[in-house]
Amino acid sequence: MGDVLVFAEHQHGKFPKTTLVAFAAGKDAATKYGGACHAVVLGTGTDALANEAAAYGMQTVFQVENPKLEHYLADAYTAALAELVKAKGIETVIATATAMGKDLTPRLAARLNAPLGADISEINADGTVMRAMYAGNVFATLKLAGTTRVISVRATAFEAATKDGAGKIEKVSVTLAEGALTMQFVGLEEMKSDRPVLTEARIVVSGGRGLKNGENFKTVLEPLVDELGAAMGASRAAVDAGFVPNDLQVGQTGKVVAPELYIAVGLSGAIQHLAGMKDSKVIVAINKDAEAPIFQVADYGLVADLFKAVPEMKEAVHKLKS
Amino acid sequence: MKILATVKRVPDPETSIKVKPDGSGIVTDNVKWVINPFDEIAIEEALRIKEKVAGSEVVLVSIGGNAAPNDVKEQLRTGLAMGADGAILVVTDAALEPLVVARALAKLVETEKPDLVVMGKQAIDDDSNAAGQMLAELLGWPQATFASKVELSGDQKSATVIREVDGGLETLRFPLPGIVTADLRLNEPRYASLPGIMKARKKELKEIPIGDLEKAGLDVSGRTQLVKMEPPPKRQAGKLVESVDQLVELLHTEAKVI
Repeated sequence: MGDVLVFAEHQHGKFPKTTLVAFAAGKDAATKYGGACHAVVLGTGTDALANEAAAYGMQTVFQVENPKLEHYLADAYTAALAELVKAKGIETVIATATAMGKDLTPRLAARLNAPLGADISEINADGTVMRAMYAGNVFATLKLAGTTRVISVRATAFEAATKDGAGKIEKVSVTLAEGALTMQFVGLEEMKSDRPVLTEARIVVSGGRGLKNGENFKTVLEPLVDELGAAMGASRAAVDAGFVPNDLQVGQTGKVVAPELYIAVGLSGAIQHLAGMKDSKVIVAINKDAEAPIFQVADYGLVADLFKAVPEMKEAVHKLKS
Repeated sequence: MKILATVKRVPDPETSIKVKPDGSGIVTDNVKWVINPFDEIAIEEALRIKEKVAGSEVVLVSIGGNAAPNDVKEQLRTGLAMGADGAILVVTDAALEPLVVARALAKLVETEKPDLVVMGKQAIDDDSNAAGQMLAELLGWPQATFASKVELSGDQKSATVIREVDGGLETLRFPLPGIVTADLRLNEPRYASLPGIMKARKKELKEIPIGDLEKAGLDVSGRTQLVKMEPPPKRQAGKLVESVDQLVELLHTEAKVI
């Protein structure tokens, strides 16, 4: 099943942890498939990134520089990757199932008429892959047919790669047909936060509808979040109710996280929320409803009024640290 | 303008899903079926555009069965009751993978010639999040996935879409026709009104056997094959603690995470 190509997503001249996961998954796949693991960096001004990718043990880093690739756009990136895959005889393309990876990989699979393994948690040597379906209630084994395949991997299912090699860099140019590319990047409004990124944090504190409003996320939950140096998450119900931005949503239709410690506050633990956090190492639930399903997955449960318990916990953590 | 909105019949998100003992699929007895929640948002967005742009038409499209226990017409009637003008059901009992779904939709696009296709960002059954992107590629159209806001230019020749991406909101612009996939906060779908339900009975719901599309060149052979399904490993419930102090103590000394 031959050579693997890792799509190395980057932001602000850096690889987020999710890209290091893609490197690891790529190396895993290359070992199992008996091929080499390469990576591709697309964009402009990517010299440092290409060097860094090579240090993660990628055999060849294909560096594709083109002004049309300055910002991520599904049509241009698909065209560039498809061209590279064909030119280099790549059999497996791997990206992480981030917002960008999820946008890109299906389009690339359709372009290559290749099978897509979406949000994969395991890659097997026999050509099968495993993925969660039905909000994590089902684990499916899929066989991917043919020689070329496209796989997006779940960020929590693989460890991040470490720097263990020095590959070579090869500059590659692509022909991006002008007429075929119609998508135009207008702008990116970034959510600025001093907190760790949700998908990278060691500790995540999530709030649900029990917080009652957005103001309480700020005044009640955030002090605990910051005391723990944690990232803040939320249930779909809290996002639906407009308490917090969708970017914080943990679950089947939001982000999948697996931190060392996940603290669920005032959220019931709907199936679709559990899908996004039940692989966390330690789960704590604080809820006044003793019957809430979140207690069935929690390692430590506290049946209590969150408006009393959360400030108390913040104080207790503060005391512990000092 | 003409807008297609896609509809998938899925188990109600509150339904507890169990895998069949032989691993061939899920148990469907006593499952309540609904419109995929993200498709409801897509239908709502199509209707809102129709309400803004005079002379617009919204056509629902779906792929699936036309008889109990898998009668997708139920969901299409609901969408028609919300206000769509017509519906097309590609009839098949086979479970199709996203690429085949996208190919079938591309066939419908050829004949319906819409200016815009609005879809849910993912179906909550297989959670693939793929058909929209694949359809865009097969048609050579632009795509805007995870949309939280859609704005058409005054002449309806182009769209500006705000997308929910990691760490922020991205704005894209592209000429129509194009594909938009709906994220959670694009809108709040309306409920079907009683007059809407009455009117829906008279609206056209066209059924096309999938064989007709195959005669027109549709390739239904998939690129993936389901080997088996199994339930996920169960996580054991832990213990209840009495107080915040005890909780913090245990997290520090026993779990060693703070």
